[in-house]
Amino acid sequence: MKMRRSTLAILILAMAGILFAEAGDGKWLLKVPARDRARPNPFAGNPDAPAAGAKIFAEHCAPCHGEDAAGKVQGKHIRPNLHADRIKQAAPGELFWLLTNGSQKNGMPSWSRLPDAQRWQLITYLKSLP
Amino acid sequence: MLYTWNRAFIRRARPFVLAAIVVAATLSTKLEAQENYFVTYSQELEEPGNLEIAAKSITGSPKGGNPFVATALEFEYGLKTWWTTEVYLDGQTTAGESTVFTGFRLENRMRPLLREHWINPVLYFEFEDINGADKVLLEVVGHDTRADFLTRNNRSEKKREAELKLILSSNFKGWNVSENIIAEKNLAGTPWEFGYAVGASRALALAVSAKPCKFCRENFALGAEMYGGLGERYSFGLADTSHYLGPVLTWNVPRGPTLRLSPNFGLNSNSNGFLFRFMLSYEIEQAFSKMRRQP
Repeated sequence: MKMRRSTLAILILAMAGILFAEAGDGKWLLKVPARDRARPNPFAGNPDAPAAGAKIFAEHCAPCHGEDAAGKVQGKHIRPNLHADRIKQAAPGELFWLLTNGSQKNGMPSWSRLPDAQRWQLITYLKSLP
Repeated sequence: MLYTWNRAFIRRARPFVLAAIVVAATLSTKLEAQENYFVTYSQELEEPGNLEIAAKSITGSPKGGNPFVATALEFEYGLKTWWTTEVYLDGQTTAGESTVFTGFRLENRMRPLLREHWINPVLYFEFEDINGADKVLLEVVGHDTRADFLTRNNRSEKKREAELKLILSSNFKGWNVSENIIAEKNLAGTPWEFGYAVGASRALALAVSAKPCKFCRENFALGAEMYGGLGERYSFGLADTSHYLGPVLTWNVPRGPTLRLSPNFGLNSNSNGFLFRFMLSYEIEQAFSKMRRQP
């Protein structure tokens, strides 16, 4: 049975998409709606928020991203370094959107079960990372 | 007196308590569990690579029957962010009768929508191979009533059942509200049976305090759940069904286990008057990647 070249190309692209879906390429940033991007962090400037966020990070994020947030390689999965410029430059609203929705194709689960306040505290901590 | 415990019963219940202690003592790396209920499922799935081990127990003293303790040992593994798979091993001990293994359950939960929505659906598929002595009461369907607890431990009755659930769940302003619609069919050819479970819960504090603490309000969640049967295909409705309601208290020990308690109260004459549920769980982060050689 003959397969059209275009069909074959689409299949190869789809397979490549699945294979490289775990790379954590930051494409999620393009999906953030403008309204969410513009949300301010209510805990910005709160002196206790980084320490509170560090507790949340140690409990929920460190297993994948490492105790020092420097990222990890777990088998074939690459867990991103959270000291990266991408995180520093991301708006708090963008990070809040990511924590709420996850990037499930890349292995990042949704953290909507954490109350809003805790997600903002976590973002304050991430923004405080050197 | 509500309970008529005796020494023989306590002696029989000991293995279940010991099993829970062994689980607690032997695991070193852990996080808290995600569910805030005993019967109701929420949208939360296991994080990929994490393994949760839980001992979910229920005890009661049905009117006209013997006191019992039943435990389901649960192994829950996150295959993907959208797919969690579980194995349950059930057992129970009944005063004046016996201590028996009552069967196993295999279940899968899948989240079809990858983003967060107002209502998040999760699809649930389960196969269970249990016997008539099973008392863990992980759901109530059809015309399940307290009479099921009165027959003496009988392992000759086999139940090979398929169970489907539609889980609908929302997180809003720190609250979780979840609704489960249950359909179960005995593969021996009996009609579909239906049931429901609903729950709502909230952490006692929404923001985390800066100082390390075990007894801070944010480590506790309080909620309530209600569940019951809805009859079967040819007799759908509330007639001859049982229903339960109870508060649920969860304590997530930071970097430690999760403890959960729930007194359940029967809402009609078909229900047991009082049941008490308790659970101890641990989550082992990246359980199997530790066994692999790191590059």
